[in-house]
Amino acid sequence: MNGLDGWHRLHPLSPAVRAGRVLVAFIAVFLPTFLGGSRSGWDAVIHGVVLAVLIGLGVVSWLVTRWRVEGSNLRIETGLIRRSSMRYPLTQVQAIDTVRPGLARLFGLAELRLRMGGTGGSARLAYLPVKQADTLRARLLALATGSHEDTPEPEDEVLVTVPVGRALASLVLTLPALFLIAYFATLIAAAATGGSVTRTIAGYAAPAMIGNAVAFWRRFNRAYHATVAHAPEGLRVRAGLVETSAETIPRGRVQAVRLLEPILWRPFRWCRLDVDVAGQVRDRGGERRNERQLRAVLPVGSRAEAEQLLELLVPGAPQPVHKPPRRARWKSPLRYRRLSFGHDETYAVATSGRLARVQRWVPLTKVQSLRRIEGPAQRRLGLATVYIDTAGKRFGAAFRDLDGDDSLRELERLTDLARAARQA
Amino acid sequence: MLNADWKHPSPRLRKARHLQALVPAVLLATGLGVVLAFSSFTAAAIAVVAALLAGAALDVLMQRRVGAWGYVEREDDLLIRRGLLVRRLSVVPYGRMQFIDVIAGPVERSLGLATVRLHTAAAASDARIPGLAADEAARLRDRLAELGEADAAGL
Repeated sequence: MNGLDGWHRLHPLSPAVRAGRVLVAFIAVFLPTFLGGSRSGWDAVIHGVVLAVLIGLGVVSWLVTRWRVEGSNLRIETGLIRRSSMRYPLTQVQAIDTVRPGLARLFGLAELRLRMGGTGGSARLAYLPVKQADTLRARLLALATGSHEDTPEPEDEVLVTVPVGRALASLVLTLPALFLIAYFATLIAAAATGGSVTRTIAGYAAPAMIGNAVAFWRRFNRAYHATVAHAPEGLRVRAGLVETSAETIPRGRVQAVRLLEPILWRPFRWCRLDVDVAGQVRDRGGERRNERQLRAVLPVGSRAEAEQLLELLVPGAPQPVHKPPRRARWKSPLRYRRLSFGHDETYAVATSGRLARVQRWVPLTKVQSLRRIEGPAQRRLGLATVYIDTAGKRFGAAFRDLDGDDSLRELERLTDLARAARQA
Repeated sequence: MLNADWKHPSPRLRKARHLQALVPAVLLATGLGVVLAFSSFTAAAIAVVAALLAGAALDVLMQRRVGAWGYVEREDDLLIRRGLLVRRLSVVPYGRMQFIDVIAGPVERSLGLATVRLHTAAAASDARIPGLAADEAARLRDRLAELGEADAAGL
């Protein structure tokens, strides 16, 4: 069926693409030494050897890696000395993402990433030919959702597209970008006046600024031509200038939703929408890559666009109508005017934020545990905070600075509602 | 919720906390005393007194916190409370528990105590009960596992 039975290898160019990415990092690391002058022949030889070893390792790892679809499992075997055979039950897949770095796009390749629930981490197939990746993705999704695998995938219905200009403007209006601009201004000023103090400062700040620029580029790449579409299995988010990615947020797997309105974006009434899905905070073996994987659903959009998506992510969510008592101003002077909370039978919602305005939603079916915390300052004012924990890795929700007795009532009430929601 | 029928860790937890606070302090004091005595006797004396005072202060704090631990097994969830300065009360539904650890460090083990730790899919949950008598810890673990199994819910 679809030519996907039996064992498969990854695409033969995979090691080259991977090495290509390493090569970029390699150049970034060693370029300063090359430019630094002391370019002896030995250095070049050593670097060449390191590169050759890296490529060799890549080829070996390609040779010993194979995968197949077995019933409702995806199996990946890899490793030369320590063979490992991993079985990923497709019923536990939280989402399947397609990621295509620039080099992979050049060769018509794509990487599939399966995000697993619980402690499963993520399965990665890097790289497959685009066509194969697409059919495999469709098949895996069909197996994961239990629908018939030959059903043709309906076209996505595009809901929101982020204009490039807006993406760029919104990124410039973030603190790191403003630092970057200030830095370049200083550089120019230093070049113009030849002041040694500014030059020293510019020199010391250079490494931090390079990191900053890289982060800026990454964020821009993520926001470039970002589109949110309505797919049969949930929301599909595509973006990318050089590295393109297509991620799916399956319906019913959303652990929490966050709407962020940074203060610098206020004049334009822009906001950002993030979704948290289940995953491990720390993977064993320190694979922290997953953490970055989770991107904004809407990197920058108008309030109306965000509300349109919210209607899909948390349909019929209640408004945060309750406010903490006025004395909470003493404990959270900056936050107080933003603090509010509310809930109904299906969702809890809370707003917070010191400068930016942050609103969070948690479906009560996803509540893992509830905590009431009363710090020393809060106790003197008779206040307490109720935290709502979910399996998401980045954010839950919190009802901050409630009246002490109210917080106990809310805790009890949320416990009951979460139980009812879970059992429904 | 707060006036439920709280159960508390074993009274031996006090002894364990005494050991955990004072033994390192005494060791540190001896070490510092011996090393510094080679150069200056006054410095050694000051260091020893400071280390012992710090140990004593830590001991007082830890003793006060022992009394704050409490837990209740309710019908559908486990309540755990702890802390004096920052008071925490956690509600962990049985259906959300993924696994339960029983841990006993050297001090705890020598006194026949153990810590029961509950894990949910949320990293923030952080629910544990220290200083349970070994048989109570085993009973709690078995009971929670049983209840968790009966009530398990997916992500």
